Amino acid sequence: MSWEPVIGLEIHVQLKTRTKMFCRCAAGFGAGENTQTCPVCLGFPGALPVMNRRAVEWTIKLGLALDCEIAEHAVFARKNYFYPDLPKGYQVSQYDLPSCTDGKVLLPTAESDRVIGIVRAHLEEDAAKTVHVGGRTGRIGGADASLVDYNRGGTPLVEIVTAPDIRSADEAKRFLQLLRQTIVELGISDAEMEKGTLRVDANVSVRPEGADELRTRTEIKNMNSFTFIARGIEAEIERQIGVWESGGEVEQQTYDFDPATGTLTARRSKEEADDYRYFPEPDLVPVEPPRELVDALRAEIPEAPAARIRRIEPALDLERATVLVTGGLDRLWDETVSAGADGVAAANVIANTLVGAGVDPSTAPADELAKLVDARERIPRGAFDEAITRLGEPGFSADPYLAQEAVSDTDELGPIVEGVLAANPGQVEAYRGGKEGLLGFFVGQVMKETQGKADPRVVNQLVREKLAG
Amino acid sequence: MIDTLRLTAEGAMSLLERREVSASELHAAYLDAIAERDGELHCYLRTCDEPSGEGIPIALKDVISTNGIETTAGSRILDGYTPVFDATVTARVKAAGLSVLGKTNTDEFAMGSSTENSAWGPSRNPWDPSRVPGGSGGGTAAAVSAGLAPWGLGSDTGGSIKQPSALCGNVGLRPTYGTVSRYGIVAFASSLDQVGPVAKTVRDVALLYSIVAGRDPLDSTTAEPAEPVRLPEGDSLAGVRLAVPKQVADLDAIEPGVRSAFEAALEHARALGAEVGECDLPLSYRYGMPCYYLVAPAEASSNLARYDGVRYGPRVDGGTYGEMVDRTRDAGFGPEPKRRIMLGTYALSAGYYDAFYGQAQKVRTLLIREHRKALEGFDAIVTPTSPTVAFPIGDKAADPLAMYACDLLTIPSCLAGLPGLSVPCGLSDGLPVGLQLIGPQFGENGLFRIGHALEGAIGFDTVPARLR
Repeated sequence: MSWEPVIGLEIHVQLKTRTKMFCRCAAGFGAGENTQTCPVCLGFPGALPVMNRRAVEWTIKLGLALDCEIAEHAVFARKNYFYPDLPKGYQVSQYDLPSCTDGKVLLPTAESDRVIGIVRAHLEEDAAKTVHVGGRTGRIGGADASLVDYNRGGTPLVEIVTAPDIRSADEAKRFLQLLRQTIVELGISDAEMEKGTLRVDANVSVRPEGADELRTRTEIKNMNSFTFIARGIEAEIERQIGVWESGGEVEQQTYDFDPATGTLTARRSKEEADDYRYFPEPDLVPVEPPRELVDALRAEIPEAPAARIRRIEPALDLERATVLVTGGLDRLWDETVSAGADGVAAANVIANTLVGAGVDPSTAPADELAKLVDARERIPRGAFDEAITRLGEPGFSADPYLAQEAVSDTDELGPIVEGVLAANPGQVEAYRGGKEGLLGFFVGQVMKETQGKADPRVVNQLVREKLAG
Repeated sequence: MIDTLRLTAEGAMSLLERREVSASELHAAYLDAIAERDGELHCYLRTCDEPSGEGIPIALKDVISTNGIETTAGSRILDGYTPVFDATVTARVKAAGLSVLGKTNTDEFAMGSSTENSAWGPSRNPWDPSRVPGGSGGGTAAAVSAGLAPWGLGSDTGGSIKQPSALCGNVGLRPTYGTVSRYGIVAFASSLDQVGPVAKTVRDVALLYSIVAGRDPLDSTTAEPAEPVRLPEGDSLAGVRLAVPKQVADLDAIEPGVRSAFEAALEHARALGAEVGECDLPLSYRYGMPCYYLVAPAEASSNLARYDGVRYGPRVDGGTYGEMVDRTRDAGFGPEPKRRIMLGTYALSAGYYDAFYGQAQKVRTLLIREHRKALEGFDAIVTPTSPTVAFPIGDKAADPLAMYACDLLTIPSCLAGLPGLSVPCGLSDGLPVGLQLIGPQFGENGLFRIGHALEGAIGFDTVPARLR
């Protein structure tokens, strides 16, 4: 039997507002423990929350970018539970009346756009950070002591919940890349998984191909890169298929994914069901954005990444278009092509050489880049690479690099090639014995000998000939 | 010689203005009175030795945060907790030059009608120290009545300003919900809590209200009052229409002595030119109490969750985090907060929310509408403030439901968010009776005018007979 995965994601995005969600404490990393706190975010008696207007506007903006309905009446609620990282004994979060509902993200594929539904996007406050000292697991159970840093407590978070519309680990990864790019382009969050400003939990189940039932799902947490998310989901899909095929039953459970070992560890199940006793937060008033505000925010939304992929795809291919857009490189590509460069060549140079050299694409002058792309096979490799590296420097001009010609004279290059072959008899023998992958090694050695000035195509040809001879 | 028993806040201010006394002398006079009488009455949990401003002193209920002065809300769980910030009302009274005289006793977390629920022992009624001063703000009311403060601030959730004012023979105002900031007020039930003044005269109450009222950027639920506060003058009630709810006649809980003082007050109102008519609040008296005892405990169960021993207040250690929290809360909370936390937790629980909290909120909407309708064509609704006069200490302590019934008449308008003014209207068996005036939203000025004219006509002597 063949199985179809059913995947939904819950994504937490930490907004990069200057201050916290409900107080005026600075939000952000790097300050000493418990230095960014006040009576409000420490939950002192009598302290009251005041909504961060910018966080509300950014949430609406994100909702608009995800094609959501924007609520005319959204309400913050209290989610009640005890935990040391929760100073008030409740988290303030939108609940049954969130700001954004019923949206979608288009995921371009070779055939058509896949539609991933967005159930909701709501605003809430983050919990503080707890470090459990002693004990084996690093969790609260069995720890000797718990230390709490309230700096993060009260930072604005948007939680985005997708419909269970994702059908593979790879699709989850591609969805997240597009979503992340959307968020970054809105300027509302750095959305970096390593820093925890983007956090993803995945809900996974499988069902027989063609069925429309929903089987028991499990939740995977603690995945800190898109690659690990894909691996974690993949591992869970295989595990569930194994369970079903061996006649077992998948149980509702939460797993942590360990990227080092590629294994899933079940969290200890709770003894009692959660009852958060939600009720509307009486210390806040409802969020009722005026229509003019929503319209103004709508006007600020840039063209969606998926639309841009579709727009530039004809000149390239889906893969290259996706890489450019999700890397935030498509604007530079657009301009470089407008300045006369070949589309595919420009895409390759931007996505590989320029990104590899660590150049900020927003600093690169497209017209100079276009000249370099155009001349890339005429000028020495070393000169080309150096030019790209310096592209972002103020007042950069491609002209001095374009004046250099690559050495393509076979008379000049022949002896160098022979010298390289003579110096590496073992590799020559291996190549002749069938390890043709070594070609690149010889070419590289020649390029090194010529300090990058040789024309790689000519060197390639020469090496082949000499090895064959 | 300063006679603090008779001195009103306005009177004290004019003594200062005429330089007949200094702020220090005035402060000292109240401290002397406290030294003389508070041993018996236990109005104060702590006092301030020196005046902090150039103006007259003020007593603050112990739920009001005072920077640098311990604030316990009458609870052991806040024993030793000293705020690092002022409540907005504290900041406003300080900005007006007032000096904090001390922090007054309250039922624990303002939960009660007698101050018997204070972890620090009950306050006593200056008219008869064997009786309660009412609650939760019994400390402030008894202090004003016994000349231990010219005025004070209380907080009112279901009657905690109005009821003790009535039982101690003071004037007390519960303002329109949202006109006075709750920032820095130890929360009981956020959608009901409201700070308000207690004093000997309606004019004093109006004056103090004008100092603390107004929108506060730190409290999102505040609004600017519709019009500036007018200090009431004049003694005519010509053109004023008062409404007595039909249901008051049938409420057996109202003592005969209270009823007759109330009837006499209505006669005074008529004599001053007011028309007294009738309104209908059937749902308010039938469902007000049960509605209140779902909404208030539900919010309280959440508001009191922050007292976990992690960041402030006493901590009782335990083997685990959960044990530490359990033991701290068990030792820190008295029986009444525990009772309400349980009630409220239940009312909010999955599967019960719709039947309890959700339903209570719907009832509340109905009560708001019912009050709005009842006030059509009237300036104020009038009832007795409390169905009884001050009762003996211990009388209702063992019976929570009897205690809850003390607020039968004050609760409905609290649920409706409306302002209520309690004015002394006579004695029953030598104990004060209060008249409750309920106005429309932001209708404080109207209440002040009516209350001021009535207090002049009634001529109630606010000094307890035994202290004259």
